[in-house]
Amino acid sequence: LQQSGLFGPNVPQKEDSEYGQQGSPADENVVHDSFSQLIAEQSQNEGLSDAIELQHLQGNPDDKGRDNVAYLSPSENRDRWSSATLKILSSMPSRTIGRSRGAIISQYYNRTTELRRRTQKRASIKDFSRSARPSIRGYGVEVDTTDSAEKKQERLVKNLQDLSAVDRMRMLKEMPLNLSEKKDLRRLTLEMTKRTRSSSNLPCCSYLKFQIILALRHSWYSCLSFLHSLQLWQMPLKRVSGRFGSGVLSYFLFLKTLLFFNVFLFLVLGSFLVFPQAVYLPELPESRTPFTGLELLTGGGYFSNTLLYYGYYSNHTLPNCPKNNSTRPECDSRSLSYNMPLAYFFTIGLSFFITCIILVYSMSKSFGQSFRIDKSNGMLAMKVFCSWDFKVIKRSSVKLLSENICTQLKELLGDTHHRLVSNTILDKLIKLLIHGLSWTLCLGATAGCVAGIYCFSDYMHKKVRLSGDPGLLKEASLLALPVLVSFINLMLPILFQLTAWMEKYNSPSLRTFVSLSRNLILKVSVLGVLCFHWLKRVAGSANDDKTFKCWESFVGQDLYRFLVIDFIFSLLDTLFGELLWRLFSDKVLKRNRRPGFDIAKNVLDLIYGQTLAWYRPCCLGLLFTPLLPAVQILKLLLLFYIKMSSVMMNCQAPSRPYRVSQMTTIFITLLCFPSFLGSSVCVTYTMWRLPSSGSCDPFRGNKTMIQAGKQRIAELVDENRSLSFLADAHTYLVENPLFLFVGAAIFLWIVIYFQSQVVDGQRKIIALLQEQIENEGEDKKFLITRLQSVHERKRTPARNLPSQVSLWIAERRAC
Amino acid sequence: MGNKQTIFTDEQLDAYQDCTFFTRKEILRLHSRYHELAPHLVPMDYTNEPDCKLPLALIVDMPELKENPFRNRIVESFSEDGMGNLSFNEFVDMFSVLSEMAPRELKAIYAFKIYDYNVDNYLCKEDLEKTLNKLTKEELTPEEVELVCEKAIEEADLDGDNKLSYTDFENMISRAPDFLSTFHIRI
Repeated sequence: LQQSGLFGPNVPQKEDSEYGQQGSPADENVVHDSFSQLIAEQSQNEGLSDAIELQHLQGNPDDKGRDNVAYLSPSENRDRWSSATLKILSSMPSRTIGRSRGAIISQYYNRTTELRRRTQKRASIKDFSRSARPSIRGYGVEVDTTDSAEKKQERLVKNLQDLSAVDRMRMLKEMPLNLSEKKDLRRLTLEMTKRTRSSSNLPCCSYLKFQIILALRHSWYSCLSFLHSLQLWQMPLKRVSGRFGSGVLSYFLFLKTLLFFNVFLFLVLGSFLVFPQAVYLPELPESRTPFTGLELLTGGGYFSNTLLYYGYYSNHTLPNCPKNNSTRPECDSRSLSYNMPLAYFFTIGLSFFITCIILVYSMSKSFGQSFRIDKSNGMLAMKVFCSWDFKVIKRSSVKLLSENICTQLKELLGDTHHRLVSNTILDKLIKLLIHGLSWTLCLGATAGCVAGIYCFSDYMHKKVRLSGDPGLLKEASLLALPVLVSFINLMLPILFQLTAWMEKYNSPSLRTFVSLSRNLILKVSVLGVLCFHWLKRVAGSANDDKTFKCWESFVGQDLYRFLVIDFIFSLLDTLFGELLWRLFSDKVLKRNRRPGFDIAKNVLDLIYGQTLAWYRPCCLGLLFTPLLPAVQILKLLLLFYIKMSSVMMNCQAPSRPYRVSQMTTIFITLLCFPSFLGSSVCVTYTMWRLPSSGSCDPFRGNKTMIQAGKQRIAELVDENRSLSFLADAHTYLVENPLFLFVGAAIFLWIVIYFQSQVVDGQRKIIALLQEQIENEGEDKKFLITRLQSVHERKRTPARNLPSQVSLWIAERRAC
Repeated sequence: MGNKQTIFTDEQLDAYQDCTFFTRKEILRLHSRYHELAPHLVPMDYTNEPDCKLPLALIVDMPELKENPFRNRIVESFSEDGMGNLSFNEFVDMFSVLSEMAPRELKAIYAFKIYDYNVDNYLCKEDLEKTLNKLTKEELTPEEVELVCEKAIEEADLDGDNKLSYTDFENMISRAPDFLSTFHIRI
């Protein structure tokens, strides 16, 4: 009855998961057994160091002073824990996550099992193992079981093999193992797959299907590889992120996203609208005005009878063959007919719908990522661990970043101190007054400018109607309105910045939000008044004046002008604004710091430009100028390089913290919501109410565009009786715009509600898990003290075991 | 597809593509970067899986890592021997975890390893102090450092042992939405 009794590894292993809850001496064995299991396993897998240490101590029970007492913390009520205890503690399951290979493999075995269950059928609660405390079933601590490493690996490989290829790859990629081990796992899985495949005699069609799937997968990989290799702007983006960090990078990434959107639109519109029209060119009606350089700016003149504008597109089925003599080679009866107006209608609708879906999806995804579930404390720890931007490479930027973080930490430390400083009533009143003043100033300036635009556009409109034939001067004078609008867009944000300087905010994020909302109000009101001008005035005067006979083309030209002038002004602003400011601050003010890159303002400018080309006059833009996405693409490309060089030359890394994911979410939301809502209003108004002009569009001859669609569908139904449901559907759904709106609003609300429910559910799980972690902590404390006391007892001479046992029983009874 | 390269077999490239977040082209580019670090040591032909490791000093000299205050710890956490000698597999592993597409959990595991200076599976006060000093380049006074460490542990420690275990760390990371975008190195 010596040492081998309690601590030896050859004690029969008992099945137990509850730790020492019953307090009789017989259960002492149980406690030791489970630990000895752990020790045994560790000694098998990881080396004998732990077990040896323990056996040494067992071997010399007389040796009293050999314990290396380690202090864990300076607080008084901590016990001194021996090194043996510490070794055991560090090999407990929850401590080995991410460290020991065995634990990782077990963890992933559990995960793959769960994934299999989820994909195959819904798991019932009773399938999950019982747990001692009310935790989420099946979400328990990943226990390092007592199987050997090879068996565990085998089971994991088997599970992996049962998953689908996509899931398998995802699991492999996410495992925190060495790459060579992952490759081994993969090889084993593939071998096992081959074995099971070849052993089961597959019928030939399944085999064929299998080969087809393999081939598809291979081609998908090469496609992805190709797309990745395009790597648009990878080096410039790397330079920007290396020097300025993630904040400024997010602006350029946003620009890239917008570019891809426009490319997509261009491809869709181009293949369905522009290409057929370009192939079957209609005959030129009148004499065209010769090309002068001014057209690039005004978009009129030579361009008015090209593919650029809506008016050019044919309103017949292509090829346009007159009934009598046809000298054109395309006009045999066997050529394909292409119904232009219908194509126009459906293509625009389709692209609109698809971009809407993409936007809502990306918005909800970024919402999910950036949603701060628990807004309470934790700021300091987060700042220490999550604030270093690993992308920053340049030495001076790294230095700036360190200073930045230092300042933020000091602020957070001193935060409590600040709050204690009492604000007198007078201080609060003065602060309120200043805020009120600056808001009235900003809103007043906005209202004034909007009224100015309204009056000026009215004046220009009258002037254009009254003057005579279109000449070069008249074309140039059409540029006046865009110039005014761009000028206002440039100057007013500077005013907003000046007013923001005199205000004092509690937190930098509040300052950013206020500035963002002011800029947003300005842009929205400007766009609103322009919309009114186009839709009411210009379209309304279509009947009165021969200049506005083809009002759609005129509006298209106006949009083109706005786009171009906006681009020129942002060029000027970048070149002169930032360059001059840098020279000024270098030479005159003799400051060493360069201006920071104002991310919010620049992103808002991007959104504004995109809105012009895309949304608000939205599909108005698309509707009337199908090649507008191409123009926007060119503009974005140029803008990228110009902004990049300007930022490199003139700006420095931001000195204020910038919450990247939150701001990106806001920008995507801004792109989606005001633009989307406004655009649907505009599009429906245009299509349902406005009379199309008589002379120059694919829908000419009908009262409104929607009636053209109705007519076409009626024709289709005449040809084919079974499509009559289409006509009914058309009447109910499409003709009643209110229904469409309500339907879309309900759908959107459902999506948002679903996502918020998901977030709520996750919040609850987190609370439960936190509670579970605290409970585990308590458990461990209990275990440690028990183990420590047992170990202490072992150190005293254990000659007389029966007396020891009786002593123990006496103690227990006393408790 | 594309040009015939002789550095890796197709099967090897497939394996890399399945197990990391990189595509074939990126793996080849990574190999050329690895080769650039020591042209005479790194063979051009990896079809036989040669056993070649580059020392810490060479890896840490890369422009992406040179100015990073945690560069030594980053390379050490991904090396098998813990001393910072990386083979090509470990090199690819490192940049794969630090790439854009790695999920939050994977990044959290390695971030924990990086900040754990004494490799005892806990973030104790000394680890935090060292992290903080590297972060702020010793601009804070010792009292401030002490205060920050204490407060940080107080905020994040859930099971009450006065140091941060992996679960505490993971819990804290889950509340920081910017972690994914800051813990990212572009290669």
